[in-house]
Amino acid sequence: MTEILKVETEDQVLDTIKWAVAEKKPLDVRGTGSKSVLGRPTELDHVLDLSELSGVSFYEPAELVLSAGAATPVVEVEALLNDQNQQLAFEPPDLGSLLGSPAGGGTLGGLLACNLAGPRRIKAGSARDHFLGFTAVSGRGEVFKSGGRVVKNVTGFDLSKLMAGSYGTLAAMTEVTVKVLPIPEKIRTVLVTWAKDGIYDHGGNKAMTDALASPHEVSGAAHLPAAIAGRSAVNYVAGSGRAVTVIRVEGPEPSVAHRCEALRILLAPLGDTEELHTQNSQILWREIRDATYLTADHGRHIWRLSVPPKEGSRVALQILEGWPGEVLYDWGGGLIWLALGAAPDACAKLVRQCVTAVGGHAMLVRAPEDVRDRVSVFEPQEGPLDDISRRIKDGFDPSGILNPGRMHKEF
Amino acid sequence: MLMPEPDYETITRRDEIIANMHSIVPADCVIFEEDELRAYDCDGLMAYKQLPFIVVLPENTEQVSKILKYCHENGVKIVPRGAGTGLSGGALPLADAITLGLGKFREIIETDYENRCVVTQPGVTNLALTQAVEHEGFYYAPDPSSQIACSIGGNVAENSGGVHCLKYGLTTNNVLGVEMVLMNGDIVRIGGKHLDAPGYDLLGVINGSEGLLGVITEVTVRILQKPETAKAVLLGFDSNEAGGGCVAAIIGAGIIPGGMEMMDTFAIQAAEEFVQAGYPLNVTSLLIVELDGPAAEVEHLIGKVEAIGRQQNVKYMKVSETEEERQRFWSGRKAAFPAVGRLSPDYLCMDGTIPRGQLSYVLTRLGELSEKYGLRVANVFHAGDGNLHPLILFDANEPGELEAAEKFGADILRLCVEVGGVLTGEHGVGVEKRDLMGEMFTEDDMKHQQRVKCAFDPRHLMNPGKVYPTLHRCAELGKMHIHHGQVPFPDIPRF
Repeated sequence: MTEILKVETEDQVLDTIKWAVAEKKPLDVRGTGSKSVLGRPTELDHVLDLSELSGVSFYEPAELVLSAGAATPVVEVEALLNDQNQQLAFEPPDLGSLLGSPAGGGTLGGLLACNLAGPRRIKAGSARDHFLGFTAVSGRGEVFKSGGRVVKNVTGFDLSKLMAGSYGTLAAMTEVTVKVLPIPEKIRTVLVTWAKDGIYDHGGNKAMTDALASPHEVSGAAHLPAAIAGRSAVNYVAGSGRAVTVIRVEGPEPSVAHRCEALRILLAPLGDTEELHTQNSQILWREIRDATYLTADHGRHIWRLSVPPKEGSRVALQILEGWPGEVLYDWGGGLIWLALGAAPDACAKLVRQCVTAVGGHAMLVRAPEDVRDRVSVFEPQEGPLDDISRRIKDGFDPSGILNPGRMHKEF
Repeated sequence: MLMPEPDYETITRRDEIIANMHSIVPADCVIFEEDELRAYDCDGLMAYKQLPFIVVLPENTEQVSKILKYCHENGVKIVPRGAGTGLSGGALPLADAITLGLGKFREIIETDYENRCVVTQPGVTNLALTQAVEHEGFYYAPDPSSQIACSIGGNVAENSGGVHCLKYGLTTNNVLGVEMVLMNGDIVRIGGKHLDAPGYDLLGVINGSEGLLGVITEVTVRILQKPETAKAVLLGFDSNEAGGGCVAAIIGAGIIPGGMEMMDTFAIQAAEEFVQAGYPLNVTSLLIVELDGPAAEVEHLIGKVEAIGRQQNVKYMKVSETEEERQRFWSGRKAAFPAVGRLSPDYLCMDGTIPRGQLSYVLTRLGELSEKYGLRVANVFHAGDGNLHPLILFDANEPGELEAAEKFGADILRLCVEVGGVLTGEHGVGVEKRDLMGEMFTEDDMKHQQRVKCAFDPRHLMNPGKVYPTLHRCAELGKMHIHHGQVPFPDIPRF
């Protein structure tokens, strides 16, 4: 039976980890567990429940910095920031509906530990780029910190980067500090609606590339094949029955109006253009951010591929030739959300072959436990890089008690 | 500055090591005569000098790999070196280490506009990257003030900044991938033209690792479209508090300027005398605020900044009307170091970062310290991101002045940490701030960082004596003291 160890202070985290080391009891490190199905499945008898380490401890809007307990709900942080007209600029996705858990359930520490980012990734960077510092207890049973509360800091190795995307396998974070930024005054989205012909389902690359290579400071570039566009709650997007490429610009009113017009002129030769204002834009980009178009049909396996943007549609088409499914393109074509019909290995071989050929990586985001156990959820590393990762794990968690098996079958 | 004790056994094998290097690289790539070695005896931190043991200048990745493999097998230390412009002594030679210069890696390998990135060898200068793509309207965003000379490989090692960091990020936010040679000679590729990494973010740790983890032989950086237009505003105030207040008000209004710099009276006067940038001389604090982006946005934001300036009782305000005038506004700031340097035989440039709100307190304390040590100090400040560069003036020929300046500098960095800041914002720890690491980090903090080092270079052959005051052996760092049965079951709620 699973035993939940609910800690309330950093000292208790330390005690629990020391105990787990001494007794050789591996711990399932979690905040609220909203992303517990992300990564490899683990079955551990003890849960280190950090959910009480919650609350914003420091927020200075003028310094653009916020510190909080690692398990502070993201929605709480966002609400506080919103009051000061600020935000987490990397646009944290809420994968609740995709993963079949309640919406708004994630914590700030969990978000950082999984290094997630939304459509603005192409302009503002990922969670890692906004992660300034932390305090944590490593698997050695030692408290340590790294980074600080200032945005410009090169003092010592940047362990915040190492913690970002480590899925709680190196240390249990207790306190985190992030950079925050102002919310843009206005948002607009240029829609390019493609001619009815089905080939445009994967034809958004040129529109996205042209927009991103323009000086109009695009903060989102996505392409929705017709079937996916049809599921949008935004009428302009759903109504046409065709594939739609969407380009987002943000900033002060006059700037946004000017850039939107310039982008419509730039993209006019490619298809019909239309524009969405702030409210509709917010709805649309939230859908793209959370890939909600793919939530229906829970039997399908969902992959998230990161590839050179130019190669996006080529990679997707290659995979779809081999197995039926659907795609949603974000990051100017560099991020592919892929929903494939169920297969025993989730088509891992096919997907990874196509991705590796162009350089990139693939993560199996949603699949039943047995599939995620068989298939490498994260892109497998080989040779010296794998050795380095093992040695880092061994240095931070020599007894292998923090989330063993979550990222890698063997450690 | 105490460096690790040289290994005399290595030193006695010098001829043999030189012969082995000659078997890997052409004869002209190995430097061992004293007069030629002299050119490599320091980096941009000229207060510390050490003649290198041997300098090797490989021409390609395979040679780097062979050199490192040989050194790994034979216990020979390596000091990687880019353009040698670093300001913290990260490339300071060691008496028993091969200085490995990447100066021959000068090719840009690929410009890829569709994927908006450049693949380059590490010896290419920061400015040359921008020059290679600007005809297509692109540029590489991080712009350290040494950009004309510093190399992109060195930028990665130091995680270099520049005046545009607040809006466009540091090097680490703009590097997509590297090819790197590990100490044992293995060649690895991390990242590429895609975003983010599978597994642990090793690329994130390599940025700013100061040559301790490996030798970078190729870098992929992202490039951005040049902003349509840029304008700068000069704002003069009669106190540092008012200048700092204006910075906070601009950010509070939701504006993230492309650059936001602040100078104190001494720096203003020195710069104005040196380059005649048109700075007002009757103000205590001068801000340069640059807005860049689409013309419509820049006009709009300039109006807002002017209004904020007036609310903050600005004593002098001027918006650049031409590109030439904008450049002139910047010329004073960019020449601030040499301008101040002209007024003194020597100066030390410090590099702490502080929370912006602490600026006026820190400047007041700096004034007190200046009196205490009897040394003048000028301040230039990347106000947008809190990175402070006090310049301490001294004369190395006056007995005791260098030591006093170093003590003064250390006190400044302690002050930065005391107010919630950090030891270095963009210059790196190197040897300069190595012995101050304990001001910011506990032993356990530093040991965790060094465990990353052990994962890459377990024998500590790569750039030893830099960044960390104590070199713990990796075997010792790996030990764990476990007391079975002595750890009580934690007294916490259980479900």
